[in-house]
Formats: sequence, structure tokens, C-alpha cells
Amino acid sequence: MKETFDVAIVGAGPAGVSAACILADAGIKTIVFERGEYPGAKNMSGGVVYGHDLAQIIPDYVDHKCPIERNIIESRIWYLSKEGGYSFGYRDSIFAAERKHNAFTVLRAKFDRWYAEQARKKGALIVPSTVAVDLLRNDKGGVVGVVTGREDGEVRAKVTLLADGINSPLAARAGFRVEPKPEEVALAVKEVIELPSEVIEQRFGVSNGDGVTIEILGEITGGMDGIATVYTNRNSLSLAIGANLADFATSKLRPYELLEAFKQHPLVVPLISGGQPREYIAHWLPEGGYDTIPALYGDGYLIAGDSAMMFNAMHREGSNLAMASGRMAAEAIIEAIGRGDCSRKGLANYGKRLAESYVLKDLKKYRRFGRFRYRHKEIFNEIPALASLAGREMLTVNGVSKKQKQKMIVKEVRRKMSILRIARLLWHSWRAVR
Amino acid sequence: MHIVCCVKQVPDTTQVKIDPETNTLIRSGVESICNPYDLVAAEVAVQLTERYGGKVTVISMGPPQAESALRECLALGAKEAILLSDRAFAGADTLATSYTLSQTISRIAAVNPVHLVICGKQAIDGDTAQTGPGIATRLGYSQFTYVSEVVSVDVENNTIKVKREIEGGSELIEGTLPALLTVELGLGIPRYASLPELARALRQDIEVWGAGEIGALPERLGLRGSPTSVHRIFAPPVREGGRVFDSTENTERAIEDFVEVFFEKESPLLEHLLSQDKG
Repeated sequence: MKETFDVAIVGAGPAGVSAACILADAGIKTIVFERGEYPGAKNMSGGVVYGHDLAQIIPDYVDHKCPIERNIIESRIWYLSKEGGYSFGYRDSIFAAERKHNAFTVLRAKFDRWYAEQARKKGALIVPSTVAVDLLRNDKGGVVGVVTGREDGEVRAKVTLLADGINSPLAARAGFRVEPKPEEVALAVKEVIELPSEVIEQRFGVSNGDGVTIEILGEITGGMDGIATVYTNRNSLSLAIGANLADFATSKLRPYELLEAFKQHPLVVPLISGGQPREYIAHWLPEGGYDTIPALYGDGYLIAGDSAMMFNAMHREGSNLAMASGRMAAEAIIEAIGRGDCSRKGLANYGKRLAESYVLKDLKKYRRFGRFRYRHKEIFNEIPALASLAGREMLTVNGVSKKQKQKMIVKEVRRKMSILRIARLLWHSWRAVR
Repeated sequence: MHIVCCVKQVPDTTQVKIDPETNTLIRSGVESICNPYDLVAAEVAVQLTERYGGKVTVISMGPPQAESALRECLALGAKEAILLSDRAFAGADTLATSYTLSQTISRIAAVNPVHLVICGKQAIDGDTAQTGPGIATRLGYSQFTYVSEVVSVDVENNTIKVKREIEGGSELIEGTLPALLTVELGLGIPRYASLPELARALRQDIEVWGAGEIGALPERLGLRGSPTSVHRIFAPPVREGGRVFDSTENTERAIEDFVEVFFEKESPLLEHLLSQDKG
């Protein structure tokens, strides 16, 4: 098309829309392409958004009717064997008061739509049902716009922001990002189960629109490196389970089988019983961490969010990294346009901002975490089974002395795992998270 | 040629389910779309202006969100859009709706004469197919329902020739302008808009008119102007499958069972055949 823009953004998810809001606020002419019928139509996430990062873009998001499902006041961690498991949790009334909306659940189809609407009101042009198929390049290889699948669909822009998610076909095609290896992505499936609000509040011991998240590790992923989550929404629960794609390939397990087994687990059944499945969706998650982050900017372009592999697998944070990176990309673009230099050099502040922020610092801190999990399959096999054995035996009152039980447990642990293996696991786990 | 196209935003009925206990539509989480027949109407209208010149004005009555249905039609190439949104319009049946739309069209025609009004054959949520004819009757326009082809339009001589579907075939008829058409799905395929057209549609200002703008009588609008009401919505009973005679294990036995049931026990078909035989 004849009309040109200052910035073209590919993808109307949290990264792209965050950037669009900041740019539109600064009076920068911005167009956003979304392949879904509306922003959010193609999305999946466990569904947690963090107030801190959202407030940096829309400070009064609550007054603007942000579709918050539940304010998270408690985070639980379960470590499960096939029959049972351990439950830890941390709940704090501070999260219901002063730090309300530190984290809250959303349904992405609603949230992303709302978020994009805020950007539209600020003046960004959000174009749905439109696929960006390629990038426009100048003779030096610099990016000068986007090619969409529509007739007369070439759009010239001073800067292009790739925020098109984990698949990021555009970044791959442009050679800006290598195709992730199977072990660098997770395949997750999610089911939304509808339950009355009162039932959810009763089952999770919350009230007033507060909620709980549960992160689950152990045998539930069939020995694969993976995780499951249960998030409370207003009148539904989001159940998700996922595992490393390379592990799926070797184990031949199917994601839906994993989800069905997860729903049958004795700790999960009482939470979901009587619920009606409402949605089912599958998606990739970037799990490669710090070492798989591509070059984040170049002549005329930047990459943010999932397409830049920004996902903190340790803390299950993604939407906040997407929002923060989108915001920083926008700030760098505003400076670059102001100086009239949208080359790689002109956009370099994006990299600097990210490196100085929690985004890259956190990802760097946990850079070994993905490989650690992938290599130490005992976390998903022997250890949860042994831990459950220990718990079960110590709690069974049957006339056997505790000392004798302890001996039996230690013997069983030694039978399953050598001292060397345990030592290596401990050392690697320390290195992975320190 | 000036064409007015009437469109309606409807729930995507392919996703709507009926709650078997309360007999009401479960609309939560169901997307709203532009009625598919109306999209075809808009496409046909745009094609006619491409053939004969002129412009298309698209109108819709509904809540503020119905704006997105209008934008879909703008993207197809309609030049103007008017949203009829007023609390007074709420709860309208087809009588009140056709009154509201016809008032609107007369107001539009007073400024810019209207040659054609094009509506979808029916809306996929109510399936009544009454609104289009209702508008034509009130405006005194000639009406052509179930149109499957617009053969020609002659603005100078005020005539239109169309093909319409009738039982067992089709008929070719000619009439005078201004006219109202209701169109079948097969009449056109809504185009995949070009990027500049889509961008224009997304940015265009849409006028919002209320009861005052169309000079309507309040007692003929919305719930007050609607003599019909929905008594009950229900899902048709689920049909139970017939008896299965499984022949995979024991074919002979299955056939025996079948013959026994069919010819001896519960066969209205057999009785029917026998009674015919006697007759």
C-alpha cells in the first residue's frame, strides 16, 4: 500500500501490543498485524499476567476494565508420584491488599483483545486476520517493512518489530533466528474447565475474587522433562501440562494422554470434579532460555517476547518478559526515530536496556536450568516415586519402628540411585539456579 | 447508483449451544460475527457499484459492538456506514426492526436517493427472513426475495432484472426501481479485502444514529413496537440411534435377530406394506 508507517509490528500479543501502546502514546505512527481474527484468538498461556509490567504501560489498567480473572494470593508447588505427592505453598494476605494484582490470572482471548483495544484507543492501527508473510528488505539487507498476505499488502516502515511468538516464521524466514531445536521448546496442552465461582472459592479456600496457582512437577509428565499447572479463573480452571518436545519424540507419549492422566490424578480429581471442559488448545513454549536468544536487533528491526525466546522456565514467567521487552523495544525505537537512525547502531539501546533489566538478568541466572532438567530425568521418575514412598511409609502406623522404616527408605534410595548420581544431581541443581 | 445494505451482527451459531436444563442459549464465550447472508449482500452491492458505478451505504441496528460487522462491510468496499444504536431500539422483533430500518433508509434517501436496498435472505440466529420484506413493504419498494442472480440494473429506465429461486426451479423477473433484494448465499463470495481497504475500514468514523435522527415514533420501536415475543427456545430432542445387529461375531445370529424383529415384532413398515397389499 502507498501509505507508510513509522513502525510495523508483527503480532498483537503482549509484546507487540505493549510496544504499540508506548509508541502510539509518543505519537509514532504504528501499524500492528495480527493473524488471528482478533488479538488473542490464537493465544494460550497458563494465564498469569503481572501487574508491575502491565502498569508500566497502562498505569490505571484496573480502571480501564482490564479483564482480570483472579488476583493470585497463593502459589502452590506440588511434587507428585503416581499415587500421591507433596504439597507446598505460600499464601500472604499482603497479596490481597497492598500488593494486590502482583500476579493475576487472565483468559488470553479476552485479555489480549482488551489490551489491543487500549493500543487502538491510543492511536495504533491494529489489523486483524492478516498474516505477515515476509519482510521487505533493502539492497543492504536492512528491513524496511512487511509483506502481508493481502492484496496490495506491502507496508513500508522505518522500523519493524517482530513479536510474532514462539513459532516466529518471519524471524526464521529472514534468517534472524535459527529454528529452535526440539529440546529447546516445550509442547503444552491446556484445558479450561468450567466450574461455578463459589465452588472454586470453596475448593481453593479463597474469597473476593482471589485465586491460587499450582505448579506441578513429578511423575505426571510420564518421565519427561515437563510441568503441569492449575490456575484459578473466575469461573473456570486452566489446566495445562507440557513437556520437552524432544522427550515427546522419544517417549511416543501423546499430549492429550498426558492431560487425561493428569486429570485422573488423585490430587487433581477433587479440584475439577463436576466441571465442564470448555476449551482445549495446544501450543509451544520457548524453553531454551538465555543461550537460545537470537540477535535481538539489526538494521531496521527488533525482536521481542516469545519470538526472542524470552521465557523464564524456572518461574513460569513469560507474559511479563514479553511486555517488558516490548516496552523497551518501543523506547529504543522512539530514540532511534528521534535521531533519524534506525540502523542496527541506532537501535542498539534495546539490547542495552534489556541487559540492564531483570529480563536478561533472570534469563542469564537460569541459563542452565533447562539443560539441567532435560538431563536429570530422575526428577520426573525415581525421585518423586522415592519421595512418595518415604512420605507414605513414615505416615503409616503399623507397629514398625521409625528407625527401621528410615533404614528401609535409605536402602530403597540407594538401590535406585548411586551416591555419585545423587551428588551430581545436587551439584547440577545448585549450578542451575544459583 | 446508491445502494443501501442492511446487516446484522449475530452470534456465531456454529458455536452456540442450548442449555438442556434451562432451554436458553449459552452465549458466553461465543463470538459475534456479521450474518453470513448479509456479508454476501454487501459483496453483491459492492460488485454492482463496480459494474454500474455509484456507492454503497451499509447500516446496522444493534449495540455499539455491532460496529465490527459494519467495518467488515466497509472492508469489502462499502463507502459509508451508519450504526443504529439506541436503548429505544432494544428488544425489537422483525416488525419493529423493519420499521426502524425503513425509517433510516427514508432519511438516507431524502439526502441521497436510494435505488436499491440489499439484505441477506435471513439472519442465522432467527432464520425468519421477515425483515427484508418488511422494509420493502413499508417503503413501497418492489421486492425480490431469494435472489440468486442480478441480471441487470438500468438506473435510467428505473428497471431491474433478477433471477430468483422458486420451488423446483428459478424465475426471471423484471421490476421497477427503487427495489429491495434479499439474497442467497450463492450470489457472491465476500472478498478477502486488500490491505488499504481493510486499513480504511478499520479507521473510518462510523456515524451513530438514534431514534431522534430517524424521526421514529417511540411506540413503534424496540420492545414496545414488538407484538411478538419468544415463548421458548429449545433444542430438538436428540434422536436415538436404531438397534444395531452386530454381524462381526456371528453373522447368522445377527440376521436371524434382524428378521425376527423386522418381520415379527415391531415393524410399522411391514404393517404398512401389508395394509397397502390388502388395499
